[in-house]
Amino acid sequence: MSHDDHGHGHHELTFWEKYVFSVDHKVIGLQYLITSFIFLLVGFGLMGLMRWQLAFPGTPIPFFGHLFPADLAPNGVMSGEFYNALGAMHGTIMVFLGVVPLAVGAYGNYVLPLQIGAPDMAFPRMNMMSYWTYLPGGILMLSSFLMPGGAAQSGWTSYPPLSIINPGQTMWLLSMVILITSSLLGAINFLVTTINMRAPGMSLWRMPVFCWAQFVTSVLLLLAFPPLEAASVLQLMDRVFHTSFYMPKDLVILGKAYMGSGGGQPLLWQHLFWFLAHPEVYVLVLPPMGIVAEIIANNTRKPLHGYKTLVFSMIAIGVMSFMVWAHHMFISGMSPALGNFFLVTTMIISVPSVAILTCLIFSLKGGSIRYNLPMAYALAFLPLFGIGGLTGLPLGLTVTDIYLHDTYYVIGHFHFVVVTGSIIALMGGTYYWFPKWYGRKMNDTLGWIHFWGTTTSMTGIFLPMLFMGLAGASRRLYDPTAQLHNLPVQGWNVVSTISAYCLGVFQLPFIYNFFNSMWRGEKTPENPWQATTLEWACPSPPPHGNFEKTPVVYRGPYEYSVPGRKTDFWMQTDKN
Amino acid sequence: MSQTYDPTEFMGNADTHSGVTNAKLGVWLFLASEIMLFATLFTSYIVLRMVSTSWPWGWDALNVPLATLNTVILISSSVTIVMAYAKAYDKNKSGFQLWMAATVLLSLGFLVVKAFEYGHEFALGIGPHTSVFYAIYFTMTGLHGIHILGGIAVNGGLLYMSTQKEHWEHPLFLGRVEGAGLYWHFVDIVWIFLFPALYLL
Repeated sequence: MSHDDHGHGHHELTFWEKYVFSVDHKVIGLQYLITSFIFLLVGFGLMGLMRWQLAFPGTPIPFFGHLFPADLAPNGVMSGEFYNALGAMHGTIMVFLGVVPLAVGAYGNYVLPLQIGAPDMAFPRMNMMSYWTYLPGGILMLSSFLMPGGAAQSGWTSYPPLSIINPGQTMWLLSMVILITSSLLGAINFLVTTINMRAPGMSLWRMPVFCWAQFVTSVLLLLAFPPLEAASVLQLMDRVFHTSFYMPKDLVILGKAYMGSGGGQPLLWQHLFWFLAHPEVYVLVLPPMGIVAEIIANNTRKPLHGYKTLVFSMIAIGVMSFMVWAHHMFISGMSPALGNFFLVTTMIISVPSVAILTCLIFSLKGGSIRYNLPMAYALAFLPLFGIGGLTGLPLGLTVTDIYLHDTYYVIGHFHFVVVTGSIIALMGGTYYWFPKWYGRKMNDTLGWIHFWGTTTSMTGIFLPMLFMGLAGASRRLYDPTAQLHNLPVQGWNVVSTISAYCLGVFQLPFIYNFFNSMWRGEKTPENPWQATTLEWACPSPPPHGNFEKTPVVYRGPYEYSVPGRKTDFWMQTDKN
Repeated sequence: MSQTYDPTEFMGNADTHSGVTNAKLGVWLFLASEIMLFATLFTSYIVLRMVSTSWPWGWDALNVPLATLNTVILISSSVTIVMAYAKAYDKNKSGFQLWMAATVLLSLGFLVVKAFEYGHEFALGIGPHTSVFYAIYFTMTGLHGIHILGGIAVNGGLLYMSTQKEHWEHPLFLGRVEGAGLYWHFVDIVWIFLFPALYLL
């Protein structure tokens, strides 16, 4: 199994082979990291434009307003179509091009093979292909803004019949098919790597929680994405060949009868879409949970509380996540009896989620906590993600969902889960693994500015949304002041918008810190955090092939503060 | 830094944790995702048919004899690819080439028959837009046809590779044939579900 006992393949790699079309999982991981951070920034920028319209509707967008063509933003004031396009693309970019590639493509790619002691992914060339289908898919998605008719305008959920009538959707569907292909390639690779390529002694129950999280996530990606691919093909057929999979009979659009035959089912799309998109939510959340578990175990200097509970909860979430999708559709007109079934499964799936959070909180008990930057993010994750999770319960109950469903409460809940949950954890992961990637440490002062600025402004964006939603403010609206019932809480929109701009400003120290520390950061030893897992048992950055000798694993992943030992950590590779 | 390792060393090595080579495990996982893809289409078919007020009977709307011929062709091609694998296992090159060529020819035959079927329907002015039944018929058989094309590319590629010594004697060659065989059986099985669902029921 070792890579170093044969002599061939020792040619110098060219620049292209090394940094662009690399088959090394670490380079691909960093490519994913930088690309998805850029996409996160782009998605954030789109949202910044929307937030202006929401806080100050009808006023010209400052600085940027006049850069847009007149049909999108006449006199610098955003048009309704443009707002819809921004909304759809914000959701799509953040979910499919930002957080998932960051959580899986970047962290999974870089850390997973190291943590299980593998020299690379099982299929290195397929890994490269996964990145090189993701990037064109993402560029195609962005380029749809330049197409005649503009980008997709039907929300990231693309509900028909609207999505079939609206312009821009064809490009959305094509890019989705490409992106799904990319994530399938990645998922197969991750699963085979985890199943087959573990180092000797690395049994499944010695894998760090992060590896388990990636494993369950890959199963979800593998099995949940193909249904969306099929559903997208059907929607593509509806748009290109005028079939009527999702178009009801006798549909009249703007006074004209729809040209297709009719007889299809708009609700079918919703079912197929959420059959993907609910597991997708766990794809967004499980890898960050794994990151938090790693950071907490490392910085409390004690074993995780309930390692097996964490793992079994993740597996339970993975299985259950295929049975809860229609709780997104309680008010869609589907049968209330079906609604009761999904209400029950939704309440059941909250049990393992709470178990995970509880284990992570209990892990803090009795630890000698090191308050460093990664730990700050992990500690911020716990309450903020907790708010996100708990605010979801009223949405899982049919009775309360009827009131809350079309309000800002849903947006607040979802963003608490994914932004103050996932993205906070992913940022913490950057601070945690940066020494592994570059052999250098990120600057602490800038890091703390970034931390406090980010957590505060994120809360400032999303907490008002919960208040607005409870007061009944409708979501998806281009002009929130057009309806009387939204007016009493319009002030919160202003708070939210100002917080959003603050969030943008507070990312500047992070961006500067990241690139500055790459070259000028303080140099760190191989294992700066005194961690136990395998990624710290090889040089930083690891060479091609990762380990000098195939590592042998002797014990579980979190042997901290073992009584009778000189050091308070016992690496998985240390025999004694 | 330039130290590289040979990934093929891992792919052909069955001495893994699971006892299955990486490549074979990868193909099976790929097939799992393919099952989800077609299962979604079959589910859509069931849902659309359940709510539809009128649904034509396959015998009236489609050409059942031609589809039966195609079923026979595809099942035969599954047999021939197993024979090709057996010959490759025995290191019998000409036998492998014979059976693999038969597989490729049969799959091309399938596409020709399918083209006649489509052509006849188009000549009558029938297309995916005609009704939901034809929409799902063209989508599912079309997507299946694309999978056949993929299979032809893989099987034809293996046939071509077998003419070259370096590929034929490559330790991974047999595994590649096996992977192609697994995929081809899957494509075959999809048709075995498609045929009754669209043509007979």
